[in-house]
Amino acid sequence: MADNGLTPELMLDMYYHMALARAVDDRMWILNRQGRAPVVYTSNGHEAAQVGSAFALNRGEDWICPYYRDLALVLAYGMTPREVMLHLLGRADDPNSGGRQMPAHWGHAKLHILTGGSVVATQDVHATGLALASKLLKDGRVSVAYFGEGSTSQGEFHEALNFAAVHKLPVIFFNENNGYAISVPSRKQMAVQDVAARAQGYGMPGVIVDGNDPVKVYEVVKEAADRARRGEGPTLIEAKTYRFVPHSSDDDDRAYRTREEVQEAKKRDPLILFEARLREAGILTDEKLKAMQQQIKDVVNDATEYAEKAPLPDPATLGDHVYGSL
Amino acid sequence: MAVLSYLEAIRETLRQEMRRDSRIIIYGEDVGVRGGVFRVTEGLQKEFGEERVIDSPLAEAAIVGTAIGAAINGLRPVPEIQFADFIFPAMNQIIQEAARIRYRSNGAFHVPIVIRAPFGGGVHGALYHSQSVEAFFAHVPGLKVVIPATPYDAKGLLAAAIEDEDPVLYFEHKAAYRSLKGEVPEERYLIPIGKADVKKTGRDVSIITYGLMVSYALKAAEELEKENISCEVLDLRSVRPLDVEAILTSAKKTGKVLIVHEDNLTGGIGGEVSALIAEHALFYLDAPIVRLAGPDVPAMPYSPPLEHAFMVSPEKIRDKARELAQF
Amino acid sequence: MAIETVTMPQLGESVTEGTIGQWLKQVGDAVEKYESLLEVMTDKVNAEVPSPVSGTVHKILVEPGTTVPIGTPICEIAVEGAELEAPAAVPPEAPGASATQEPPSSAAAPQGMAEGRGRYSPAVRRLAQEHGIDPAQIAGTGAGGRVTRKDIEAAIHGKAQEAPTTVAPAAPSGAGPVGAAPATAIAAVPSAPAVIEDGDTVEPLTPVRKVIAERMVRSKATVPHAWIMIEVDVSGLVALRDQIKDEFKAREGVSLTYLPFMMRAVVEALRAVPQMNAQWNGDSVVMKKRINLGMAAATDRGLVVPVIKDADQKNIVGLAKATQDLVQRARTGRLTMDDLSGGTFTVDNTGAVGTILTYPVINAPEVGIVTMESVVKRPVVVDNMIAVRSMVNVCLSFDHRVVDGADAGKFLQVIKKQLESIGPHTSIY
Repeated sequence: MADNGLTPELMLDMYYHMALARAVDDRMWILNRQGRAPVVYTSNGHEAAQVGSAFALNRGEDWICPYYRDLALVLAYGMTPREVMLHLLGRADDPNSGGRQMPAHWGHAKLHILTGGSVVATQDVHATGLALASKLLKDGRVSVAYFGEGSTSQGEFHEALNFAAVHKLPVIFFNENNGYAISVPSRKQMAVQDVAARAQGYGMPGVIVDGNDPVKVYEVVKEAADRARRGEGPTLIEAKTYRFVPHSSDDDDRAYRTREEVQEAKKRDPLILFEARLREAGILTDEKLKAMQQQIKDVVNDATEYAEKAPLPDPATLGDHVYGSL
Repeated sequence: MAVLSYLEAIRETLRQEMRRDSRIIIYGEDVGVRGGVFRVTEGLQKEFGEERVIDSPLAEAAIVGTAIGAAINGLRPVPEIQFADFIFPAMNQIIQEAARIRYRSNGAFHVPIVIRAPFGGGVHGALYHSQSVEAFFAHVPGLKVVIPATPYDAKGLLAAAIEDEDPVLYFEHKAAYRSLKGEVPEERYLIPIGKADVKKTGRDVSIITYGLMVSYALKAAEELEKENISCEVLDLRSVRPLDVEAILTSAKKTGKVLIVHEDNLTGGIGGEVSALIAEHALFYLDAPIVRLAGPDVPAMPYSPPLEHAFMVSPEKIRDKARELAQF
Repeated sequence: MAIETVTMPQLGESVTEGTIGQWLKQVGDAVEKYESLLEVMTDKVNAEVPSPVSGTVHKILVEPGTTVPIGTPICEIAVEGAELEAPAAVPPEAPGASATQEPPSSAAAPQGMAEGRGRYSPAVRRLAQEHGIDPAQIAGTGAGGRVTRKDIEAAIHGKAQEAPTTVAPAAPSGAGPVGAAPATAIAAVPSAPAVIEDGDTVEPLTPVRKVIAERMVRSKATVPHAWIMIEVDVSGLVALRDQIKDEFKAREGVSLTYLPFMMRAVVEALRAVPQMNAQWNGDSVVMKKRINLGMAAATDRGLVVPVIKDADQKNIVGLAKATQDLVQRARTGRLTMDDLSGGTFTVDNTGAVGTILTYPVINAPEVGIVTMESVVKRPVVVDNMIAVRSMVNVCLSFDHRVVDGADAGKFLQVIKKQLESIGPHTSIY
């Protein structure tokens, strides 16, 4: 743990972002069940994979291309809880889309979070393209595409890996494998056990990592980023994890998985595991935890109130930003 | 002034633009060592190197998708789709991504790319090497679609497309590549996207068209002059955005409008042009608006009689314009 | 023995021409079908082109280094025997292609393009309405005799061409602007050509004549004219005029005619029936505030209608002077544009040419025109006795869209009453 660059302060900050994401996530579900947010997509269970990877990157400089599951990722990357809530409630000042996209369609130009649509795997080729430019411009940036295992059935996933490997581009393909594409289990998605096995076919390293361990994720992403910056090409990383709640606020996971399975998975809740580890290492104390929990509560309350009071978009702006010039 | 073919005008413009702006890259299938299957990019890799003229893997969605990413990270990609018929695997990237990124990010991101693609038939290319695909894209807000009709326009429109901050589809007619020649100035110039051009003035009938059909319409107009029928030929140059003012001006002037395109009739550009005229120039119309277009069959067949029957020709344009003049 | 022509083949999509590299066979050489015959260079490929037939090279038509379009004959091969193989190089137009009909859906031709007679395009309807032209009166030159936009424009053209002349009142030799003309000038645009025989002369239309013709046609074609007449006993007026005319001339410098009296009466009638002082406006009627009386005046260039502005504010002397002034200036071509515009109703002194009954044409967009015929002595019944009285007929054409017969009758009754109330002692001031 000593030679990976993670100081106790950074570890504590990692934990803070994981806990913050969980709290924001919980608040969003409450707002949904109160009828104040039409739909919610969760990162609940994925926090370690997302936060661990974010900390391994040059945040705000390297490009990330997230998908809808990546709340913890964008928070760790610098998006504020206020901005997340503005996005959830479709407010005019939402930096992701100004209230145009449905929740969890992240995008933040200043933070180098690429805007995404809803068709899965499109961001894989975008990340490859961002990396193509980085290679030519020698800007030292690494691009990371984030995606679920379901989207690895898409052609663009394979096209992106192939293109990136052929041209040795500084890109990381980061798979968050939680075993389900909404309701379809991974065994119906693919005939191989691991997404990482795909890498071999494209001529790049494929790495499997425990997605519930933020430090391990941090380490493999750091290594892949270093490799990319050295001009050695892309890496496919598969973070094995679990989603503890339904796919979205409109989903009911009881239709496709047992409560026992979910309960069993929760024993490896990354938040609980990491908390225990930090306590063991003396980094986190009761006192610090209590203060952090209060801070998170305040931040989430503030973000909710702020967003609810924020103005909605003016209908007159409906036609803005179709073209840059006409 | 040098006389260049349509193809040479495109190639020399690419060369001139790449010399001007080091952010411009070209890639696609066979564009590098081979210089493209039509030789449009011939010699460019030699001059600009493998990093800027890239032979990419054979995957259209990746070609366009990576271009989007590269554009956002600071390059000015000019990807080539080898044949317009092969653009469909990239439809999602063009329509859902390139066209919507500015809008969906509330102006935070934009995608300055130019997708070049040879299109059109009459070259024994059959179903999958002859299609006109412009109408699919003209339907989409956020995209610009230009189709030059002359070597001069090919240069000015390509430079303007590269300069543009929005995604532009630049369709080049295969039959025009070597058959159309004309004077092209050496110096750089821009033809504004969205501005039509009156290629010939006339009194009796307005022929509104674009691409290769412009030269066909001019041939038809020339023949009709001998019969004392005066046709105006309006080259749209951009099918999105359309130059509404130029369309209405010509329609009002003659009161008789023939719209010509090689693309299938139904849902084609002609329908849109026709609607604009019906909405804004009804009381100037002296005859029904007439469309002459590719028939509603899935694509252009291979065997010569079938291909000939599909293609709009100068003779078909002439006959239809005459009929309209006499109406 | 037959001669087979070899043409420049199309070597690749988009290729339109080829350059002869070298001939691999020379004149007199035997060549097998599929054996290489020549090299062709295009900007896509360099290729050896095989012979389409077996035979002997008979003639080489294109020299090496020359570029020719595809389909151009490049050499001839003499073939043994009568049976000829089809040439491999397909001519650009496939046989039978020209006979191929284009599929019906490829051109959305309008249905019944030729069935245009009696139905007008939007452009024709608009122009016809704007210029008051009845398209039914125009011979169509379109398909099936349809009236085209050009036909309508041609009908308007005459007027448009004369417009600069009409608005150039300062030109001394100019024809002078023209207004409505009385029934004595029944002109029209003939729809049937005149028959010209030996000895006839053909006078081209003067600009003024063209304008008169156009306006007459427009008025008669678009305004539903109705016509009524009334007899007026002007014995008192005649007596008054006879009594004061010499003194009037001496004092005022102008002759005293019946016209100013008629104008006074018309002004009173217009006040009583204001809808006669109006203009037709398509979907509305404009009720005019001012009473500006047009008066038809004959000149040797044609008829003009100068206007006496605010006629209701002038007495007999004022009207007499204004009338005289306008007639003088009309005859010498010195009317201004202002003199000719702004009329709200027209009075025509047709009696000056000796008529007793006239059917005048309305000066559209005005809605009425009234004439004063010759004053004649006639035996009439007065108080159950036959008496010789000075009588005059007053005729009125009116736009029946605006004015009904009852009001038109009332209008004439007011004129009659006014004129008959004048006696030898009526004051003209």
